[in-house]
This record gives sequence, C-alpha cells and structure tokens, in this order.
Amino acid sequence: MPRGAFAFPFPRKPNTWDPTPGTQNKMVTVDRLVKDYGTLRAVDGVSFTINKGDILGFLGPNGAGKSTTMKMITGFLTPTSGTATVDGFDVAKDPIEVKKRIGYLPESSAAYPEMTVVEFLTYVAEARGIADKDELNSRLADVIVKCHLDSVKYRAIENLSKGYRQRVGVAQAIIHDPQVLILDEPTDGLDPNQKHEVRKLIQAMSADKAIILSTHILEEVEAICNRVIIIDQGKVLVDETPAAFKARKPGATIDEVFRELTNKTVLA
Amino acid sequence: MPIFKKEFLGYFRSPVGYVILAVFHIMVIGLALYSGYYSRNEASLNSLFRPLPWILIVFIPAVGMRLWAEEKRSGSIELLFTLPISPRTAVVAKFLAALAFIGIGLCLTFSLAMTTGYLGNPDWGVIFSGYIGAMLTASAFLSITAVCSALTKNQVIAFVISVMICLFATLMGSDWLAQFLGSSAPTALLDFLRLLSFEQHFASMSKGLIDISALSFYLVLTLACLGINMIVIER
Repeated sequence: MPRGAFAFPFPRKPNTWDPTPGTQNKMVTVDRLVKDYGTLRAVDGVSFTINKGDILGFLGPNGAGKSTTMKMITGFLTPTSGTATVDGFDVAKDPIEVKKRIGYLPESSAAYPEMTVVEFLTYVAEARGIADKDELNSRLADVIVKCHLDSVKYRAIENLSKGYRQRVGVAQAIIHDPQVLILDEPTDGLDPNQKHEVRKLIQAMSADKAIILSTHILEEVEAICNRVIIIDQGKVLVDETPAAFKARKPGATIDEVFRELTNKTVLA
Repeated sequence: MPIFKKEFLGYFRSPVGYVILAVFHIMVIGLALYSGYYSRNEASLNSLFRPLPWILIVFIPAVGMRLWAEEKRSGSIELLFTLPISPRTAVVAKFLAALAFIGIGLCLTFSLAMTTGYLGNPDWGVIFSGYIGAMLTASAFLSITAVCSALTKNQVIAFVISVMICLFATLMGSDWLAQFLGSSAPTALLDFLRLLSFEQHFASMSKGLIDISALSFYLVLTLACLGINMIVIER
C-alpha cells in the first residue's frame, strides 16, 4: 500500500526557519551541546553552525566526543543539555523532521549482514519514505553508480570487503539526497584509491548540502574541507579554515599543529 | 511497512528461521502423537493443545530473542533510529513481524486439524478458539521476549531470561504448584496465582471457552510489555 494512502489531508507543517538575510543558508546549528555518560562528560558545551556548501572536518583524538556530537545531531542520542537544529527543526522537538533531512554513516558502517546490497538499499529507501517504484529504482541505480557498487549489488553484505561495506554505508546515507550529510570516518578502512574516490564523491555532492565528516587523517581535511573543528575532551579547541589552521605554525605540517594543540590539553 | 517486511523476510534469509520452524513442528506434532492423539479415540486437538504452552515457552523466545539484541550488537540500531521512524512504529513493526512468523509456525500444525477432520467429526469452534488462545499466548510471550531482547546485547541472555520468565508465569498457576503449596498457602493466594497464570487461561481457551478475563489478561500483558519495550528502547 502506498505510504500516502493515509496521509493527513492538510499541507505539511511549513519550515519554521525565519529566512532573514544572511542566515537562510544555515543548515545545522549546534548550541552549547552537552552529553554526560554517568559522571563522564563526553561532550562539553560544543557550539557551531554550518551553512549549505560547507564541508566541515571534525578532528580530534579518539574519545574526544566527535562521534557523540554527531550522534546527537542525528537524533540518535539525546543531549544532556543544549540544542541542535537542522534546517530550523529542533532535534529534541521534531526528531522525525530532522531525521528526514539527514543522511548518516555510522562509525561501524553498520548494516544487516545477511541482506544483499540491493535489498539493504531498498529497505533504507522505503523506510525513508520513497514508496514510488520508479523513483526508488532510479535512486538505487544512481547511488550504485556513484558508489561503484555495480559488481557486488546482489551479494550479501557479510561477504563484502571492508571497502565495499563502507561504500554501501555511504550509499545508504545519500540515497534520499539529504540536505545534511553526517559521515563518521567515511574513509576508514579504505585503500588509497578508494579514499580518493570517496573524497571526490563527497566534494561533488557538497554544493547543495551541508556535510560534516569526522576523520583521523589530517590531509583529508586539507584536501576537501573548507572548515576544520578540533575537539578534545568534549570541548572545541579550534574552529577555522584549514589554511588558517596550518598557518598557526608556519612551516609545520598540519599533523604537527594538531599534535601540539591536543597534547597541550592532556598535559594541562 | 518497510521494517515489518525486512524483519519478517529476515527470518527466511538465513537457515535459522527454517530450523526453528522445523523443530517447532516436529516437537508439536511429536508430542501430540506421543500423548495419545490416536489412542484416545476422540476427534479433538486436546493432545495438541495441552502441551502447547510448554513448547511455546521455548519456541517464542527462540523467535524473538534477536529482535533488538542483534541490532544492538551489530550497531545497526544506530541506523534504525536515524531513519525517520518513531520508536513506537519500530517496536510494533518488529513485534508484528515476529508474530507473523510464529503464525506460520502455528499454521503448520493445521495438518493435525485436517487429519482430525478427515478421521472424525471434531468441533471446529473448539479448535478455532484453541488457535486463538495459542496466538494470544504467543503474543504475550513474544512481548516479554522483546523486552528481554531490548535489555541486552546478547541473544543468548535474552533467550534464557525470557524462557525463565515465561516458564515462571506458566508454572505460577499450575495444578502442580497448587498441590505443592496446597497445605501451607491460603486458598485466596492460590486463586490469585491461578488468575495470573498462562496455563489456566490457555486451558480454558483450548476447551472452547473464550472468556473476557483470559482475553483481557493476554491483551493487557502484551500491551504493557510493548510499552515497557518502547521505554527501554528510547532510554
């Protein structure tokens, strides 16, 4: 039965975002986000905004709170305090509206191992409300081409290599053409060629989307991001362009600047 | 309902679903024949229904243990709850998918009903109410299993705990326990325990008696457990 069969016969709730000049491109606003796990404060007052067209690189040592912050923006985790807003919708108040606008690649690139690639992508597309058969097929064909999955599309996900699994994860994240893309370590486990492919793909999509990606690879930030946020022990240390970040210490590599910044806080 | 479809077909994507169905079928029919389906010479499914709750105690947790535990273990729960789907929809869809699978298992036992119809002249109303009772018992057990599954990452733990709870809930009102406690416990307590027991309610339904107290017992229990399931998942 088509999903629209029982649709409420009134216009959908309009976007509540006030398009005042200069702010209409703001896709994601994170305001003083805090997350406690018991006594441990994983994320401590993180604030930033992202506009359409931005690719934000989220950097930080392991356990810095990158994934937790991303999960709070997607609505998977509830913040202890603070708000995250996507396209004018508050994650806490309108989680469904927010989730419709986000494509998310989880860190583990989780999927259902016994499903084939096509079955899995069809499931995600249907759960995302793409009910029309023709539209579903064209979306499916589109992401399969974009993520180079054609040769494995009828194979069970459990039999795929890590690189292919990662690309299946990216494919499910972009299948509904979301306005906001949140990618937790999208190039993790890929070989250099595949990394290059995924970066190219991300860059190609960035014009009409706001993209957040977390990574350990600093050249990646330099290569594709136009903003970098460094987070350590739950706090934002740096929020600037990669060029400005590199210019902090002339002559040094981006790696060295990163080490210096994050080590300081460990010792302090 | 994409989730329902995915969960239901998921049982047939791996051999596990077929194995569970086959074992269930063999156990039910085997026990029915063993407990004198032919030798009693009566056209009824009593010998099928009497041991049925005891088989369901094992069968239902085996079907339901994976519902949430597997998603939590593999991390795909992150995927599930970043889809634009409310937790309530997810809980109900998963429950119904597992219930539909159990329905298939119960449908397989129609073979015995048909045999009975061929050999004799059974009271179809009684058989019908017996199947309703079996389905209601199954849904109550399944909702208990779903809660256990949502509480842990480990399917085995979910299985063992839900078997224990279902077993306890069934034993509570059994004649066996009544005899055991008969001398020491007050009758009022025993009556109360019987009121909460699966065995007593199911026994009355398999005799063709669909009474309100049994119906409401199953429905309230199922809905309450699904409610708890939702709270556990949203946590």
